[in-house]
Amino acid sequence: MSSAAPAEIQAAAEDQDSVAAILRARWRAIKSGDVGSLPVIIGIVAIGLFFNSKSDIFFSAVNFQNLIQQMAAVSVIAIGVVFVLLIGEIDLSIGFASGLAGVAVAEFQLPGSSHQYAGLVALALAILTGVVVGLIQGSVIAFIGVPSFVVTLAGLLICQGLILKILGSQGVIGIQDQQINDIANYVLSKNTGWIVAIVFTVALAAAAFGSYFSRMRAGLPTGNILLTTIRVAFFGGLAFASVYVCNQAKPRPGVPLVGLIVLFLVVLAGYVAGRTTFGRHVYAVGGNAEAARRAGINVKLIRILVFMISGAMAAMGGVILASRLNGVDLNAGGGTLLLDSISAAVIGGVSLFGGRGRVSGALFGGLIIGMIANGIDLVGYTDAIKLITTGAILLAAVTLDTVLRRRQAAAGR
Amino acid sequence: MNATSPPTLELKAVSKSFGSVEALREVDFEVRDGEVMALVGDNGAGKSTLIKCVAGIYSIDDGQILFEGKPVTIHGPKDAARLGIEVVYQDLALCDNLDVVQNMYLGRELHDPVFRLREAPMEQRTADTLKSLSVTTIRSVRQPVATLSGGQRQSVAVARAVLWNNRVVFLDEPTAALGVAQTRQVLELVKRLAEQGIAVVLVSHNLVDVFQVATRITVLRLGRNVGVYEKDKTNEQEIVEAITFGAPAPEEAEVA
Repeated sequence: MSSAAPAEIQAAAEDQDSVAAILRARWRAIKSGDVGSLPVIIGIVAIGLFFNSKSDIFFSAVNFQNLIQQMAAVSVIAIGVVFVLLIGEIDLSIGFASGLAGVAVAEFQLPGSSHQYAGLVALALAILTGVVVGLIQGSVIAFIGVPSFVVTLAGLLICQGLILKILGSQGVIGIQDQQINDIANYVLSKNTGWIVAIVFTVALAAAAFGSYFSRMRAGLPTGNILLTTIRVAFFGGLAFASVYVCNQAKPRPGVPLVGLIVLFLVVLAGYVAGRTTFGRHVYAVGGNAEAARRAGINVKLIRILVFMISGAMAAMGGVILASRLNGVDLNAGGGTLLLDSISAAVIGGVSLFGGRGRVSGALFGGLIIGMIANGIDLVGYTDAIKLITTGAILLAAVTLDTVLRRRQAAAGR
Repeated sequence: MNATSPPTLELKAVSKSFGSVEALREVDFEVRDGEVMALVGDNGAGKSTLIKCVAGIYSIDDGQILFEGKPVTIHGPKDAARLGIEVVYQDLALCDNLDVVQNMYLGRELHDPVFRLREAPMEQRTADTLKSLSVTTIRSVRQPVATLSGGQRQSVAVARAVLWNNRVVFLDEPTAALGVAQTRQVLELVKRLAEQGIAVVLVSHNLVDVFQVATRITVLRLGRNVGVYEKDKTNEQEIVEAITFGAPAPEEAEVA
């Protein structure tokens, strides 16, 4: 009421937004078990330093390009896993669902067959395949209440069976369609790469500062302008540095298109999870499904939609893999793809207990899994070492998750 | 409180069975604006069933629910929310992983036409509402509920009821898991709710709490309403007897 009041409020808000206060709040959060992406960043740096000491070409431009192409499929599938883990469920079908989508994209571009379509149409049909797999599984889980572990285990077997049945005795389908093969193999021209970096940085700055000023107008705590600027500069710089490195690669300089696809999907999914009502409801279902139901959220619908997202992302990952190999064979969607994708999400800080984690974790976790696979190949260690290392890191990530969860629960009492 | 106007919420001869178990048998119940109606009874008396019927979790088998004198049907939580009936559950109310603002707006988030969340107004109104209820112990409305104490959680759950301009608020054992200081905090909050003109129903086992804040007391026993008592004209002894043995015979009650 008095004229002094707004000034006081402003002073309080400024105090709350000082660098020191934000760092103090962050430190409090870390102590109470909310560590954010800290362990992942430490992990990425440690793994990078280790392989750099073992191999001269680990930090070379062409290997960076390679790494982007290698980690793409797992990262994309892991985006779907993030959503499934957020609602506290699991999807074991993603490996062979992605394989099935790979087979679908190969079938629908097959020259001389009665069902040959243009590359992008075949891509859409493949993703639709994944969405249908997710819809069926999600419906059984949501309406009948069968545990997702079992439903998706059955889905895994059925998808694998379908792959074997479609590929039949010939066991392989080649992909000649240029559009499909470009998905994983095309590299952008140098200048297109720079334009992408500029657009990315401008969009990032617009989002960050837009939110800053709209919160300031509303009289809410804004965070510190200096820290916001540093954050924008850091990620913008990262984008420019990545483009620069990719443009140095020989013999084919440029940013791989698939890297851009991964980034786009991560940003899109991150937006859906963090900024929309649907995303909010996903977190609510994972945090406390009963509270969500009593708040009027359609929990069944959320569950089904999440499994459809998981199916769609698995399908996109499967298409990327098929594109990278220019075809599919009987191993499509097999091997360590399923476990790598789930590991990527978990290593990226997404809790197996539901409700905690961010979509960007799929990218960070995919990067760690990709770096290990790539580095171990370069150094010349065997697959045995690769599996043991990945397993150990997964175990460490899950242990950390469990400990932090307990800590966070204890902090509230 | 105007005794001649219809009660804000009224149940008339409501029955609800689960198989052969009759959880509610022709129960009458009412609550008016600005009063705290306590709902007491032993375990299995039907308190939770009554709440869930009003909240739209269960549908009633028989009888009538009236809101401001008009018959209404409640088929789901959304119907209850539309009428302005809010239930604050003992433990199932909040999502631990979400922050205070997110919990306050759970299921009713403000968004623009493309379902993008409007965080700024949600955060503002949350802060204002907590302030209007003198909830000052919560440091930031952006901290996860997991990091709050039991009393603070209960405050958030109650504040959610106020935020939505609800007419009737059911509080299910709001003090059951709380310490002495936090219990006092929550009871103060209950009084402030009623002072804001809301019809408050307090479900509790704790008669000390009930006598501190209630204006009237409804006793349920084995699915029946055995009596409604004015707090000022009764005592704990009488309520305990009603809870354990039922009410005196109808003639006696009328004479009294």
